[in-house]
Amino acid sequence: MSTSGTDTSPGTETNGSSQSEANREAANSAISKGYEALERFGTERWRNLGILAALLIAFSIWAIATDGLQLFVQRTADGLNNGFIYAAMALSLVLIYKATGVVNFAQGNMAMFGTFIAYVLIVEHSFPVWLGVLVAMALSALGGAIIERLFIRPFDPTNHLAITIVTLAWFIILGALAGLIWAYDPRAFPTPFPGGVNDKFQLFGATVRYANIGIWLTVLGTLLVVNLLLKRTKIGLAFRSVSSNLESSRLVGIHTGRTLQFGWALAAAVGTLAGCLIARTTFLTPSFMGTVLIYSFAAATLGGLDSVAGAIVGGILIGLVETMAGGYIDFIGGQLALATALAVIVGILLVKPSGLFGTKQIERV
Amino acid sequence: MSTATPASPANASAGTGTMVLEVRDLYASYGPVKVLHGLNFSVREGEVVVILGANGAGKTTTLRAICQMINTEGTVVVAGKRVDGKSTPEVVRAGVAHVPQGRGTFNDLTVEENLEAGAFIRKDKDLKKDIDRWFSVFPRLGERRNQIAGSLSGGEQQMLAVSRALMGRPKLLLLDEPSLGLAPLIVQDLFRRLGDINKQEGVTMLVVEQNANLAFNIANHAYVLEAGQIVLSGSSEELRNDDAVRRAYLGY
Repeated sequence: MSTSGTDTSPGTETNGSSQSEANREAANSAISKGYEALERFGTERWRNLGILAALLIAFSIWAIATDGLQLFVQRTADGLNNGFIYAAMALSLVLIYKATGVVNFAQGNMAMFGTFIAYVLIVEHSFPVWLGVLVAMALSALGGAIIERLFIRPFDPTNHLAITIVTLAWFIILGALAGLIWAYDPRAFPTPFPGGVNDKFQLFGATVRYANIGIWLTVLGTLLVVNLLLKRTKIGLAFRSVSSNLESSRLVGIHTGRTLQFGWALAAAVGTLAGCLIARTTFLTPSFMGTVLIYSFAAATLGGLDSVAGAIVGGILIGLVETMAGGYIDFIGGQLALATALAVIVGILLVKPSGLFGTKQIERV
Repeated sequence: MSTATPASPANASAGTGTMVLEVRDLYASYGPVKVLHGLNFSVREGEVVVILGANGAGKTTTLRAICQMINTEGTVVVAGKRVDGKSTPEVVRAGVAHVPQGRGTFNDLTVEENLEAGAFIRKDKDLKKDIDRWFSVFPRLGERRNQIAGSLSGGEQQMLAVSRALMGRPKLLLLDEPSLGLAPLIVQDLFRRLGDINKQEGVTMLVVEQNANLAFNIANHAYVLEAGQIVLSGSSEELRNDDAVRRAYLGY
């Protein structure tokens, strides 16, 4: 007779001694809190960071012993410079990948186009540098939103191949368009930071430019802003919900299209910022983001394509590997640096397929 | 099994209110495959209505059709507003909360963030009170508020899914086989709590379930679905004592 069994009244629970019940509850929750803290401390993220730090320290000691402190500091500074740029681009790739599961191949040329817009504003219309960059970022965000609305949203979001092809198409279209409008002569891009010959300081004999410090701080600031947007705002919560579960997002009333559009806009703005930061050193051409994009893919893959923190760590690592390998290993020099960076990725992915910080693909079945 | 006098839940208070859901001539299809063949039913304010049916009868499809998650034809009225042809988020904004089969929690978000996401459609800032409210109903969730939802057990995820749905203060709660994949004791506990929520908060529910016995305990009204059509309907009293229902769904 099952009916009477299931119809327990709420009263039956409170029969026991409520005092000892409360004590047990308190003890249980204390224990589970302790375990949670342990779990958090022992997560793979910390273990991976530990291994990385140990490797970096070992390499540093070897490097300083080989070529001296000055060269090491110089190469570190140069590596960090590129690394932070890759980190910013990787961040923009991760934003779109997290939400759509698609790698946006157009990201590099979207950033290139945005950087050209900044160039036009600053050089041809005499905007102050920062204002020009900010306006270009805003216009890029608008452009990203329009591309999402017109060329991404009509497709079934689960049809990743179709969307990937669309992003490839935009990669080509934007590249050709920029070539048509601005031609292929390299242009000098103004820097938003103190860029004079004397705007630098010596650190252990190595030269560090204020402009470099400016780039590092700008990227870190951007990361902070993006993180706050995702963690502290309603649209950020919606964005993370959509990244986590598309159908459930609709079921709590989130307009998923608009939310993904926000992701595209944000990624486009971050990409343009990265372009403006690096154009000073690479010079501005319609293809100047090509190599940067490849390094940034590598950085994003290394970090785990769906992790914001992973994009940053991956970007900095790739930047360091690029300059260090080129500097310390003779036969690599400048020519094989790109190949070396990619070899490192392959090596790490062989050991950890989901990247350093990526979510492992585990599903409850 | 002769003197089964189920504790008739909330019979006095339920079923007299206004219509929360009216479904008329509802057809639904997955591509070329027609699944629902003209359903007509309704749910009144404060009621718990259960839809019974075998695997493949179209129970889940019915809920998905109400939320406009699939191709549908026919009229769906939620609290006086027609929602057929609207997008799913619009249906949700009209007052429907749907706990999907398999729970559909945001597994990369913490328990608390899941609840905040559940309140996405609300304009007011007073989420804290509701979050604490559901943590007091489901204390396990409160203990794990900062854990990511993917690390919860199946039962805890189901409680989270229900709480998340209620965070939007819906007029109608749709539950798709809440008992699926849960241990019998957990299922009993869950249904007891659902019954309490219905009685104490006056939340109207439409439940799709295979565990007919438990569903009858909290339901006022029941429909039996077979091959995409309603073949039987009545109060849960009547259906519980119906011979065909007994043999097919209660198993004695």
